[in-house]
Amino acid sequence: MESRTALARLTDVAANDVIPFAQRVMAGARRSADELALRMLGPNFDDRVRRLKERYSGVGGDPFGLDPDTAKYAVMVCAFFHRMYFRSEVHGIENVPEGRVLLIANHSGQLPLDGAVIGSAMFLDGEPPRMIRAMVEKWAHSLPFVSTFFSRVGQVVGVPENARRLLEMGEMLLVFPEGTRGISKPFARRYQLEEFGLGFMRLAIETDTPIVPVAVIGAEEQYINVGNLRWAARALGMPVFPVMPQLFVPGGQMPLPTKYHLYFGEPMRFSGDPDDDDVVIEEKVWVVKQTIQSMLNRGLKERKGLFF
Amino acid sequence: MSAHDGTGGDRWEHAERRRRPRRLEDVPGRTEDRIEQGAVVITGICGRLGRRLGRVLHRERPVVGLDRRQFPDRPKDIEHFAIDIRRKKARDLFRHSDIGALVHLGVMHNPRDSHEEHQTWNVVAFQRLLEYVQQYDVPKLVLVSSANVYGPRPDNAQFLTEDAPLLGAGAFSDMRDLVNLDMLTQSFFWKRPRTETVILRPTHILGTVHNAPSNYLRLKVVPTLMGFDPMIQCMHQDDLVHAIRLALRPGVRGIFNVGGPPPLSLSSALRILDRPTLPLPHSVAKLGIERLWRWRMTSFPAPELDFIRYVCMVDDTRARQVLGYAPRFDIEQTLHAVDEERWR
Repeated sequence: MESRTALARLTDVAANDVIPFAQRVMAGARRSADELALRMLGPNFDDRVRRLKERYSGVGGDPFGLDPDTAKYAVMVCAFFHRMYFRSEVHGIENVPEGRVLLIANHSGQLPLDGAVIGSAMFLDGEPPRMIRAMVEKWAHSLPFVSTFFSRVGQVVGVPENARRLLEMGEMLLVFPEGTRGISKPFARRYQLEEFGLGFMRLAIETDTPIVPVAVIGAEEQYINVGNLRWAARALGMPVFPVMPQLFVPGGQMPLPTKYHLYFGEPMRFSGDPDDDDVVIEEKVWVVKQTIQSMLNRGLKERKGLFF
Repeated sequence: MSAHDGTGGDRWEHAERRRRPRRLEDVPGRTEDRIEQGAVVITGICGRLGRRLGRVLHRERPVVGLDRRQFPDRPKDIEHFAIDIRRKKARDLFRHSDIGALVHLGVMHNPRDSHEEHQTWNVVAFQRLLEYVQQYDVPKLVLVSSANVYGPRPDNAQFLTEDAPLLGAGAFSDMRDLVNLDMLTQSFFWKRPRTETVILRPTHILGTVHNAPSNYLRLKVVPTLMGFDPMIQCMHQDDLVHAIRLALRPGVRGIFNVGGPPPLSLSSALRILDRPTLPLPHSVAKLGIERLWRWRMTSFPAPELDFIRYVCMVDDTRARQVLGYAPRFDIEQTLHAVDEERWR
């Protein structure tokens, strides 16, 4: 009898208080999740995904294995960094022409978050929405899951034939000519471009592709790197071993929430012989490098603060 | 009158010389006819692909089969010689008939046979054939190689062109014979430019044929490698027959990658076929297959796992432009071809 009343009382409480409360909490959570998604992904996200799917429709779809349904989730993660974490501002994205294009950007910040932010900007802010394709180290394609993930989100094995083919397909290719030199440079050399590789220029001339210079401001301060431990890098077989004191502070493992500014410059076209001497190609690369440097300088001057 | 006689005699002599040429190459325009109408010798005609090719070609021109196996249900007008190519008798075939073309399909792939047997059968036999082609002036030679000679590798370009290095034998020693044959044929281009030599490198051939990709897709439960889902390219067996026919036309020579309909990922191919899959980590799959192989419970050697791990696709632009090849079967027909007519 006692237990029955207790049970009845419990049922009563559950029916009248707990369940409605839980429902309210759930509804609130769902509403705020929707709001968050709207804020992060913009009002027409589904439409953008649909337009991307149209581009890669057909049975096989993209010959490199890009799958918009998977890429969607990668964009969502990148959008968190783009909209919430770094609150990036995008300038001049209308300069990016349709069809084949090479985006040449400065590389920095120890982790390639600049690539992720450029990618999500092209998808969420660009018109039409596009996926950036980038070249990934070869060994990444011998790892399980990683290889599948990279090819599903449109990243391909880093060999010149693939780059050429992607451009001929009218895709957008993101290249960081500084490579690891740029991404792992110490804090003291921020916003000073490292030496550029020449491959992108030969590729652009060969395939007659416009080059859009991109300046990323904010990424260079996200991790404060005070030096490079050469012996540790050698021991671990890594290209560099950056020393970052902030990693020892709790919460410092995440990058500093600097404000990103992305500047897209006017498209540049180059002509000539793609197999020319390095000296000739270097001159053309120098033009691109100086353009990005001056965009960086201008952007730094306009910037009001590091975090806002 | 006498002068007239003299010229008449000259004319007669010219005509005589024209009618009975010393050497075949002295006759202009004849090579094309020989290639088009002469008998075509198909080695390995008793294989499933060979039979299909024979059945198509015998409607157009004389076909001679050369295979050590018997060819029981052959069409009446196909002449079949059930002899080993390495025997002297095979020479008589070339000596006694006017051969217009040689299609070499008789590459032994059975992974259960010993290495020596493979090597002598594949390389020695093919070298004999090359000798006969040279000696008896066969104007056309078609070798059906495979895109597998490039090898599946993590650093492959998505689409390999004909000048990509043949690295297939690196991880997979059974591929060495095929790479050898391919190389031998390539040197034959230079050794004997008079013979129009063609190497076809088709991608995975699907159909009733008994090759690794078809057998793999025919499995009741298809094992895949966890975390790997490469793009694959495949072609219908009849598309390859069509490509061989195109390669037999006069004037065609060189190396051609032959692809099929646009590529797709392995997972979507298995979805089209509606097969249950069993994803396994690579290490487990490798160990398991090695064991099963030793117990003779599977016919897949472990290194073949790389084909469902890494990408190995070809760029067939050259075949489409020069050969005029275009796949006639779409991807669904191609994939479903593995389930066709098991009664054979």
